[in-house]
Amino acid sequence: MRGVSKAFGPVRVLEHVDLSIAGGEIHALMGENGAGKSTLLKILSGSYSADAGEILIDGRPVRIGATTDAASLGIAIIHQELNLIAQLSVVDNLFLGRERARFGVLERSRMRTEAAGWLAQVGAAHIDPEQDAGTLSIGRQQLVEIATALSRNARVLIMDEPTASLTEHEIQALFTIMKDLKAQGVAILYVSHRLEEIFRICDRITVLRDGHLVGERSISETNFDEVVKMMVGRELHERFPRREVAPGPVRLKVEDLADEGHIGGISFEVRAGEVLGIAGLIGAGRTRILRTLFGLNRRSAGRVLLDDAPLRPARPGDAIAAGIGFVTEDRKRQGLVQGLSVRKNASLVHLEQYSRLGIVNSRAERAAVHELIEELQIRTRDSELEVKALSGGNQQKVVFAKWLARPPRVLLLDEPTRGVDVGGKAEIYHIINRLAAGGTAIVMVSSELPEVLAMSDRILVMREGREAGIFDAGRTSQEEIMAAATEGLRI
Amino acid sequence: MSVSRRETLQRLGPFIALLVLCTGLAFLSPDFLTVANLFDVMRQVSINAVIAFGMTLAILLGGIDLSVGSILAVSAVVIALMMKAGFAAELATLIGLLCGALMGAANGLVITKGKVAPFIATLGMMTLLRGVALVLSQGSPISGFPSAFFSTLGGGYLGGVVPLPVVWMLALFAVFWFLLERTVFGRHVYATGGNAEAAWLSGVNTDRVQILVYTVSGVMAAAAGVILTSRLNSAQPTAGAGYELDAITAVVLGGTSLAGGRGWIFGTLIGALLIGVLNNGLNLLGVSAFYQQVIKGSVILLAVLLDRVPKTE
Repeated sequence: MRGVSKAFGPVRVLEHVDLSIAGGEIHALMGENGAGKSTLLKILSGSYSADAGEILIDGRPVRIGATTDAASLGIAIIHQELNLIAQLSVVDNLFLGRERARFGVLERSRMRTEAAGWLAQVGAAHIDPEQDAGTLSIGRQQLVEIATALSRNARVLIMDEPTASLTEHEIQALFTIMKDLKAQGVAILYVSHRLEEIFRICDRITVLRDGHLVGERSISETNFDEVVKMMVGRELHERFPRREVAPGPVRLKVEDLADEGHIGGISFEVRAGEVLGIAGLIGAGRTRILRTLFGLNRRSAGRVLLDDAPLRPARPGDAIAAGIGFVTEDRKRQGLVQGLSVRKNASLVHLEQYSRLGIVNSRAERAAVHELIEELQIRTRDSELEVKALSGGNQQKVVFAKWLARPPRVLLLDEPTRGVDVGGKAEIYHIINRLAAGGTAIVMVSSELPEVLAMSDRILVMREGREAGIFDAGRTSQEEIMAAATEGLRI
Repeated sequence: MSVSRRETLQRLGPFIALLVLCTGLAFLSPDFLTVANLFDVMRQVSINAVIAFGMTLAILLGGIDLSVGSILAVSAVVIALMMKAGFAAELATLIGLLCGALMGAANGLVITKGKVAPFIATLGMMTLLRGVALVLSQGSPISGFPSAFFSTLGGGYLGGVVPLPVVWMLALFAVFWFLLERTVFGRHVYATGGNAEAAWLSGVNTDRVQILVYTVSGVMAAAAGVILTSRLNSAQPTAGAGYELDAITAVVLGGTSLAGGRGWIFGTLIGALLIGVLNNGLNLLGVSAFYQQVIKGSVILLAVLLDRVPKTE
């Protein structure tokens, strides 16, 4: 890509951006949210057309006017949210739109054989082509998408946050396949917020900021700090700000907790000002612990004490009244009402605080929300703006704001920095630290091991619905935690 | 900035359309812009508007209430039977409204506890309650109520000029505006309609919100039944058939999204007035009843299309 520009009305999203990827190379594209990465990907895949600049493949300029052009030029994109049709089988998905047929009648056995071949090529021979795509795990669905891309002769493979929903083992499997593809001469453009992964798998890296090209580096010649500085535009003093809080008395005590058949024998306690991390593979029951504590899943056994008083919420409203907050994993579906304003979202949980006899005192509400916007540094022009207009990181801060109108005694966090860029992450860590300093006990589920290690005081590791151990964050390592999370599992 | 300005303009679209229509009619027909005619239009609109206020809440939740016409009929028949049996008109009216609340609550319970889609639940209730109205009245109209109180409700005037149904309509508009804009309940309606799961996780008792909304819709249908029965001095078991569609039309014309979470009560009032003025104008201009349907249908489609177009960008 050479000198590519794109503007929406007066807003210049991309300005003279150059990007080149060689065959047999894994190239990282990095930048904070809003830096122009998505626009660039959409231009490459034909969803948008560039205002200026050109795209060359093998030195020849090409025109990508529609998504079908991209496909015929050998460009395939694998989106963060996968695009398989859940009700159709793997074969049907793989050949969607170019079914093998004679006189309009499908040649099922031929498609099945071909599909098996492509699946084998991405190391996924274990996937049954006749299975419904929706029954596969996210990791396997991704393999099906990669197989589909290869079957379309993709020479440029674009992967947008491919590891966001994968377990550590699935990530390793994916990386192995990526290295295979690289050896076959495929060019891979890899978009991710996860620095560790980029340094593990990529060869070169291009950084965008505010629509401009900041620079291109070879991975071997750069380091974390330089990349972060390139993205953020300033020195980010610490990726994980330190917390100096002496934990107080026990706030939350959980004994032998079980839900209906998925988790059992969970015991832990969290002190005021302490962060307990929960690590483990996806499906190990981490989120279930939080949901059970919050009254979303039925508890079948065990005892929970909040400040020494028994807690048995029948629904979220009860848990909230007892002083528990829950920042859920899926911002869009569970965290925010997208069509409502920042103000109405931020005040939703504790609306009664600004109300008398069911009537909202809008002046008090506005004042409180403005205070939260200041305190959390939510970047929005106006608190009346619909929350969906905000960037991911700022939306996540609105989710935090919902719970902070009255500081919770216990705050449950499920993947609190998912889809948030480096700068936004650091700000969220600051918020977590401030809450802890105020005496809140925090339970944080996260799939990002560096985050769990740096932010937690202690780490509870889950394995197949059971506790695999609790580790002191200062005296453990990623390796020890992964070993505990996977011990005895066949993956 | 341009987004919010465009949005405001769009929200005022129905209002502007109403002004344009009124101006046009004022030029075309000398009878249109008279105090008597304007109050006449508003009185004709009042029954639909009152039902549509309740319907707005149901649609804001992403639901619908198809049973309003049947609830209207049952309430009307109950009130008429009670008055015929010698109960005081005031008591009969109160019981009639209460019946509306109970029928609405039944809708809400089937939808939340039975987990039935609102369309299906209220469709079933529509048929069931129409049957109840026919059974109670044995299929024939009940007419002739001596109570002066009761005949004033739908036929009286405030200060000799403003028909009481118009007063009820405007008063209820004010109540609903306050309810939606200023109360915790109103906020919870928007939140539940916009994203029920997020609302539930934020501690909103979404089931209770839904039951309350359908209860309110039932009360509004019953109130419309009171006005209608009082004006006609007769309760018909077949009254209100098709009223649900008029109410839905008013809500949608007013810019409330059938997907839920987005809309306002002012739009519904304007939507109801728009339909009323159009009816009145076509009558004044002597347009045949057949063409009236064609024109009204076209206006509805045009309004909804205009509402859609700018949103695609």
